[in-house]
Amino acid sequence: MGPLRGTPTALVIGAGSTGAATAHDLALRGVAVTLVERGEMASGTTGRNHGLLHSGARYAVKDPESAAECIAERDILARIATEVLELNGGVFIAVDEAGLAYREPFREACARAGIPARELSSAEARDLEPALSDRVLAAYEVPDGVFDPLHLCLAFLATATANGASTSSYAEVEDLIVRGNAVEGAIVRDRRTGDRQRIEADVVVNATGPWAGEIAALAGVDVPVVPTAGVMVAVAGRSVDRVINRLDRPSDGDIVLPQRQTVVIGTSSWSVEDPDRIAIPPEHVSLMFERGGELVPSVRGRAPRGVFAAARPLIGRPGEASAGRELSRTFECFDHAADGIDGFVTISGGKTTTARAMAEATADVVCGKLGVTNPCRTRDVPLRSYRDYFDA
Amino acid sequence: MRDARLRLRVWRTARPGRRAAAFAEVVVAVDRSADSVLDVIERAWADVDPTLVFRHACHHASCGTCAVRVNGRERLPCVTNLSEVWDGRSRLTIEPLRNVPVVADLAVDPGPQLARLAELRFPYVRTVEADVRCAIRPVPDDDVGAAERFEDCLECLACVSACPVASGSPEYLGPAVLAAAQRIVEEPRDDDVGHVLDLVDTDHGVWQCRSILACSAVCPSGVDPGGRIMDLRRRLLSRTPASAGAGA
Repeated sequence: MGPLRGTPTALVIGAGSTGAATAHDLALRGVAVTLVERGEMASGTTGRNHGLLHSGARYAVKDPESAAECIAERDILARIATEVLELNGGVFIAVDEAGLAYREPFREACARAGIPARELSSAEARDLEPALSDRVLAAYEVPDGVFDPLHLCLAFLATATANGASTSSYAEVEDLIVRGNAVEGAIVRDRRTGDRQRIEADVVVNATGPWAGEIAALAGVDVPVVPTAGVMVAVAGRSVDRVINRLDRPSDGDIVLPQRQTVVIGTSSWSVEDPDRIAIPPEHVSLMFERGGELVPSVRGRAPRGVFAAARPLIGRPGEASAGRELSRTFECFDHAADGIDGFVTISGGKTTTARAMAEATADVVCGKLGVTNPCRTRDVPLRSYRDYFDA
Repeated sequence: MRDARLRLRVWRTARPGRRAAAFAEVVVAVDRSADSVLDVIERAWADVDPTLVFRHACHHASCGTCAVRVNGRERLPCVTNLSEVWDGRSRLTIEPLRNVPVVADLAVDPGPQLARLAELRFPYVRTVEADVRCAIRPVPDDDVGAAERFEDCLECLACVSACPVASGSPEYLGPAVLAAAQRIVEEPRDDDVGHVLDLVDTDHGVWQCRSILACSAVCPSGVDPGGRIMDLRRRLLSRTPASAGAGA
């Protein structure tokens, strides 16, 4: 059944976690949503992310805004997306003097952000996770978790389609339809057939992560997104059941977490020109083993089962912070009316843990443009099973 | 370092009014020691042919979405290093899975198989062997379990593709569904094990399996569907007549 005449329409570009959650939010508010993704769902940044459901503790000291977002969203996802989460918690461990010195600021910042952090003795920490280094000098337990990125996206999409959204994979945006000062849709090419289709919409949402600059440029606007890659190494053997974090300021190779029958060590950070062509520096791979091995020694010397990289869409200007670590991990919704272009919104930054909140902020802006007053309901509506997505 | 050129022989489905289904040859610059087969497929798309359709997401054998046949054998290309399957000279043949509908090129539709898993109510998370309950913020719904991890089965459907019985008989429940049924019976969450046993105790359930065990040979996640089918047979044969059908 097509939308009723007069139903406001939105076109969402990109089916990473942000686009998928935005389609879900808009569909719940009664907007007729079309979502297009150039590849398979979650085949870009989201699919290749670490899969860490952040308690926010990682960001508590340096980026309290991100930390507060993370703990709030962690708790919401624990209610609405139980099927695709492992809620076993996480442990921060100090393995050197710098880590010990980080204890006080870490504890205070977690308390300020509302993140429960329970101090563990070294023996308690190794009792919880026997694979930890025997040099644990201090430890905290936090409510981190693990998600499966693809299936979390599919759960958002399954719920969106059940509420009337239309979603297409292998549908690549070739151009935006711009009339006067407004974006009114997109020209979309079906990779399976080569056919081109005009999709008109009252509002177009650019949720393309590190590709957001390319899409925005089609409307002649600039978005300050720095594609910032990070390497992850999966190692055979599920050595831990919790997320293991290094107690220190965020740096390279300071997280080891379980994914299925592997542990994944991550990550590094460098800005890239082209998110489609990320060349993985071999020295980053060895760095992951070296640094990850300081937390979980048994990963050392094992063969990598998978080596992968994805580009985060961090907000900032190229050259502003070459290492990327200085850029905030919070998100920003850009209403391009500020650039003189109507009907066009870009959502960028953020992380998969906060995708629902990013979608809420985006849908608020979109609904403001559409005159839709229905409130956001995504905090409370449980997501459908990802398996339902393929029935649609 | 990209030190070689690989001739990739990729299955391409028909494009309306353009060409018939056939293999296409694509030449890709590769790093023989570092690249995975998925890296090569992705590069073929990014650098040579932007119309190539393939599925991928996690790139480390967690999501199960990229399964294809590499030189005729079912594999997850994300965790198949090029050096395992390529001699440095021959062409490398990539085809979609068999026994599942093909969407286009290398991409298949897992929908029918996933619908069967959904019908079984196959849980995605299982309990782990040790108690790893998160002490400081318990799971909101305690029914979810004391400790949890994702199932070993990636739902990649490599087993279904390799199964000679599934290729001749679409009604056969197949190794992925039967292995999931065994997991439900092995770790029951409620009293509904009887209905699962009834579901697999049919001509198109465990009794149709010919014990070829191709499924177990290709499973990238050590699930051993063949062994689980045999386990279900043992359980069915030892069911007392009174309990048989009780859950129906």
